[in-house]
Amino acid sequence: MSGHVNDPHAHGHDGHHGHDDEHGDSGMHATFRGYMTGFILSVILTAIPFALVMGKVFDKSSTTAMVILALGAVQIVVHMIYFLHMDAKSEGGWNMLALIFTLVLVVITLTGSLWVMYHLNHNMMPGMITPGEARIAP
Amino acid sequence: MSDLSLHPAATGAAAAHGGSANHFYLTHEHHPENGTLLGFWLYLMSDCLIFAVLFACYGVLGRSYAAGPSGAELFELPLVAVNTAMLLLSSITYGFAMLEMQRRRKGAVLMWLFITGLFGAAFLGIELYEFAHLIHEGAGPQRSAFLSSFFTLVGTHGLHVTFGMVWLITLMVQVSKYGLIPANRRRLMCLSMFWHFLDVVWIGVFTFVYLMGVLP
Repeated sequence: MSGHVNDPHAHGHDGHHGHDDEHGDSGMHATFRGYMTGFILSVILTAIPFALVMGKVFDKSSTTAMVILALGAVQIVVHMIYFLHMDAKSEGGWNMLALIFTLVLVVITLTGSLWVMYHLNHNMMPGMITPGEARIAP
Repeated sequence: MSDLSLHPAATGAAAAHGGSANHFYLTHEHHPENGTLLGFWLYLMSDCLIFAVLFACYGVLGRSYAAGPSGAELFELPLVAVNTAMLLLSSITYGFAMLEMQRRRKGAVLMWLFITGLFGAAFLGIELYEFAHLIHEGAGPQRSAFLSSFFTLVGTHGLHVTFGMVWLITLMVQVSKYGLIPANRRRLMCLSMFWHFLDVVWIGVFTFVYLMGVLP
């Protein structure tokens, strides 16, 4: 499609594939190098948490939990960049905007649920209400 | 796709004048070409919210064992590691299928899709084995809130992979029958996003459910 001429995405990618009917592919920047980088990083980022948990490296569970959650988050970013080809420019930025919006909702859902339910469990424990807590409770 | 027919004229005009009106016109016209991919991305984001809710549910109920078995007693991490490897390998082989698609090599695309399907089937087989094993041990979804939320979350992911497999097989038939026509390339790209997205969700599952579940 000749519409590609003015497509900002097309620049610099024409060298990859000399096709001019690539219009459907403009969202893709797939290269062998990119996929392999993502794959190797993913393997490393998967192996470390399994090793940490199965080898019982840290004494405290909370330390292990924090480390593997952080590694999981990094791996998700790696997947987003190298496998899902996310960048600020794809689909004119709408992809990224939708992602950020979703992330906000996901964070609210997760932290909100965990926070509320944790405190609910705590405060509903019979016989555990201290004078201090009783004052806070309405 | 009738908008595409307007393209050559609009492009020529924009290249010549470059006015703001033309610019607006171009971005507007460019849209339908990628509309499917953006729309599919929005679907994935809504799917992401489903999983977020299920993760939150598991996060709240994940330690409510009801005097039943705990994650530390039930989960077999080596099996989960193999499962993770299967899904990760299927992701990279799907990536290779996409690379071959860019080179317009139909046979290679079909071969990589087939290998992806094998890894996906292996993943599902291991997961079904795990589920059957748990239910056989009396640790079915009705045993405790922990197991209910576990089966819901992991089962929903497994269902997604199952439908991904159905889609994959459908596309293999499509590609072998009609070749790498634009419609099939678009479908392959949507499935690519879907498949990699499932791998992203699985990262959350193995980290949050399995690895954190066995922590004391």
